[in-house]
Amino acid sequence: MIADPLLAISDLAIAFRTGHGVARVLDGVNLSVGRGRIMGLVGESGCGKTTLARAVLSVLAPNALIEGGTIHFGGLDLLALPRARLETEVKGRRITFVPQDPYGAFNPLFRVGDQMMEVMKWKSPRRQPYERGFGPLLTRFPRARYKTDREALIALLNEVQIPDPERALAKLPGAFSGGQRQRLLIAMALMTNPDLIIADEPTTALDVTIQAQILKLLKRLARERGVSILLTTHDLGTAYEICDEVTVMYAGQDVETAPVAAFFTHPRHPYTARLLESLPSPNREIKEIGGEVPSLLAPPQGCRFHPRCERASPECTASRPAKSGTGGHIVRCFHPLTMAAEVAP
Amino acid sequence: MSVDTQPLLRAEGLRRHFPVRNAFGVTTHTIKALDDVSFDLRSGETLGIVGESGCGKTTLGKMLAGIHKADAGRIHLEGTDITSLSVEERRRIAQRLQYIHQDPGNALDPRWTIGRSLDEPLAIHTALSRPERLARVGKILASVGLPESHLDLYPHEISGGQQRRVGLARILTLQPRLVILDEPTSGLDVSVQATILKLLRALQAEFQLTYLFISHDLSVVQIMCDRIAVMYLGRIVEIAPSAELFAVPRHPYTRSLLSAIPRIGGRRVTDTFTLEGEPADASNLPSGCRFRSRCPQVAAVCAKQDPALGPGGSAHQAACHFAGETPGGGHV
Repeated sequence: MIADPLLAISDLAIAFRTGHGVARVLDGVNLSVGRGRIMGLVGESGCGKTTLARAVLSVLAPNALIEGGTIHFGGLDLLALPRARLETEVKGRRITFVPQDPYGAFNPLFRVGDQMMEVMKWKSPRRQPYERGFGPLLTRFPRARYKTDREALIALLNEVQIPDPERALAKLPGAFSGGQRQRLLIAMALMTNPDLIIADEPTTALDVTIQAQILKLLKRLARERGVSILLTTHDLGTAYEICDEVTVMYAGQDVETAPVAAFFTHPRHPYTARLLESLPSPNREIKEIGGEVPSLLAPPQGCRFHPRCERASPECTASRPAKSGTGGHIVRCFHPLTMAAEVAP
Repeated sequence: MSVDTQPLLRAEGLRRHFPVRNAFGVTTHTIKALDDVSFDLRSGETLGIVGESGCGKTTLGKMLAGIHKADAGRIHLEGTDITSLSVEERRRIAQRLQYIHQDPGNALDPRWTIGRSLDEPLAIHTALSRPERLARVGKILASVGLPESHLDLYPHEISGGQQRRVGLARILTLQPRLVILDEPTSGLDVSVQATILKLLRALQAEFQLTYLFISHDLSVVQIMCDRIAVMYLGRIVEIAPSAELFAVPRHPYTRSLLSAIPRIGGRRVTDTFTLEGEPADASNLPSGCRFRSRCPQVAAVCAKQDPALGPGGSAHQAACHFAGETPGGGHV
């Protein structure tokens, strides 16, 4: 376990009311992100990684029910924090967000610079306490910090390698390619000097050569600025590239957490092992997992992977296995693979 | 793999330019989606078409399927020219050549039972009697791994994975020779992807299919294809047998593309990747070689002369002035 983590989620359970019943989307999830570390949250679609990310950001949909658990962030209990403090201190300030779709994130009718400065107006780290309230809705940008804020923004654009930032700010979003927009969004996430950035599939919409550039950039910025990143992805290759630790989720449960090297060479949870085996590789035959992801409206009891697991025994159906493992490599399984079992990459 | 002397499909100098019009309907410039693309597809093989978005791979697939018309060039299917057929004649080709969209399950009519959806192509294209059609539908459904009881279900009653299988089955009822797969696994989770890839392989063996496999995912193409064509801004820049392309890529773009794939357990791409910039605007291409604005090996000749695919007649061709002399940056 990490001593003094920046973000510590424990036993978080979230359900959604739907027209067909209650969907138990997160079932007792545990996750920690250390200061300045990059944590990868991997899993298949529908496993709850986006719900977890949204819970940390406090932007869950109105039909979400938080059924238990805590989210501690830098000494604050986010689920118990009064809404006003959450809004003024944490949301979009100490925790920021890089979305998946760089095309949908900007309003196509406003200049990029205006959209970014609008965020600065409200959330600049140089904002003074006397500016509180709804004043900025009605007034122009506070003159006292307009220049410094704009300079800070241009410095950030330089950092994310946008050519000619002065002129870039005067352009419409349509003038930028997907890769460049993703760079702008990363700059936008850094504007408030956050402690934690939540990046939800930041490279899924991009081509492979652009993806490599963006991942390289994210990794460098995290190292230089000491920002923690919680990166959700369904692409194990992305996780391998930039993460320090990886947590795997399956159908709303965290099944394994490990340092990146151990995760890919010595997976211990049967699901993780099968997931790695289903990656295409020229060196071995491709293997499928078999079966399908369960419906969260009526999930299996106990370990949710047991209907697809060849190691399952009656105790797997009875209760959820406790955490076990050493040295930051934690697995929640009654029958984990031994440390020696190696999966060919 | 059986290789006939005559290619199943031959594409010669295919070209498609899309005009871009301004508010007054005046063409301001053209996007060269496809520019002189030629290749042969042999019976029984799988040819991969890879490239980044905007390189023209989907336009190529749609043109072969008859969805887009070619501005220039010829397409020969089993020796006959199918480029300029009437709608009626074209419809008959559909029996031999089928196009599969990204999510074939999504193409099912929600108000039709699976059985009716599978029967429709047979009713349109063949003169089989109803019992014969039913027998064939049952056989195809079994080969994609679904029970016959599914015939009476509606699409919403089965899972997404099963819908995808039905979508594939629907294309196979006509027993085509050539199937064009347009990004069959993009957006899928790796475990679902593994299932689909295995199914595609099993179907290819069972029905002697020839695949044109369009994808942006090189690691999938590598395990699925016999040969691979790499496209960049409307051109094929390199075409080679799969193993050779990955072992000794000759075009600098291919080398960059290969070095950008994350390889779990290997060196990290974020430590080694060097290609800067993004593809040029397809409506305003640089003179000479299209890759020169990003190429690490650019020289004076690249701006003057557009390199052609070569050497002719060889199995491994690349469109680069320096393809012969550059050392193959070994990969894998």
